[in-house]
Amino acid sequence: MEQIIQNSVLTPYLALHIPDGFLSPSVSLFCWVITLVLITVSLKKVQKNYQERTVPLMGVCAAFIFAAQMINFPIPGGTSGHLVGGTLAGILLGPWAGTLVVTVVFIVQAVLFQDGGLTVLGANILNMGLLGTFCGYYLYKTIRFTLGRRSWKSMTIATVVSAWCSVMIAAIATALQLALSGTVPLIVSMIAMVSWHVIIGVGEAMITVIAVGFVWRSRQDLIYDSPFSLKLDAEQNFNG
Amino acid sequence: MTNKLSNQRNRLFIFTGLGIALVIAVFLSPFASSDPDGLDRVSQDLEFEDKAIEDAPAKKLPFYALFEEYALRGVPDALATPLAGLAGTVVTFGIAWGTGKLLVRPSVKANNEQGEE
Repeated sequence: MEQIIQNSVLTPYLALHIPDGFLSPSVSLFCWVITLVLITVSLKKVQKNYQERTVPLMGVCAAFIFAAQMINFPIPGGTSGHLVGGTLAGILLGPWAGTLVVTVVFIVQAVLFQDGGLTVLGANILNMGLLGTFCGYYLYKTIRFTLGRRSWKSMTIATVVSAWCSVMIAAIATALQLALSGTVPLIVSMIAMVSWHVIIGVGEAMITVIAVGFVWRSRQDLIYDSPFSLKLDAEQNFNG
Repeated sequence: MTNKLSNQRNRLFIFTGLGIALVIAVFLSPFASSDPDGLDRVSQDLEFEDKAIEDAPAKKLPFYALFEEYALRGVPDALATPLAGLAGTVVTFGIAWGTGKLLVRPSVKANNEQGEE
């Protein structure tokens, strides 16, 4: 046991793309249910609330996340990690369109490129996508609106913190699922996942803030919670 | 007129954004770190690698004849990953765009312009 823990701390546990067979049928099914419910709600919300100008950003955001996930960046310890992207999609497109975008990315990866298992696709979409588009997004929104919605500084802080946290949440969720499936003991998987993702999360935060910065400078109006949204002004005046 | 201008701005944004994604997928992908992909290595160390299904369902799909993971089959090694990246980025872009296009109702202005709808 000690040996296992030692190995796991010293060994990478980075790829969050779970292959077929690592999760038990019940854990996999549970993740599918949550994922499908959230996708269904997202489809309805996008249909009801989103405007046409969001559509190009959906395409661009999906393309960027797919491309960026191909690039494994090296981290100390002879291992590598890559962008997860859920929080990026949530910040740019809001939780609902963001959810659809990351779902498309993971479907393409699993179906076309055998990256991540088909039977555990629900878990992969949940871990790397939806935990970012929901947990990451609402964390970002809370921080940014607390610090001041219009300033780039608060945008940066909110983006960095939420992107880093979403990677940690994804790592913890994956460790839990592996443990619940009886694949590997909880402590072992948790230590390995968390220790490596502390560093991976820094890469996630950097890429996310660069991408968000690009849209902030070029097309601020396209960002879901645009700094100059009159609707948000009205809401804030009403509340405060 | 304003509509035309905003169309132009949208097009510029799309081309720039998609262009950046394509550059990353095509030109940077060969330089991606080939250090061990974590889950595989840990699954070996912790001895649960056997649990991964060798004959994964995705390998039964027709796309497996085209791509072996992120490599296009039947082309020189140097081109396999860039071309897979190109294809994947374009397909992802198209599906995400299409999903949005199908779901989001066109604005009133666009409706008037199209006329027949």
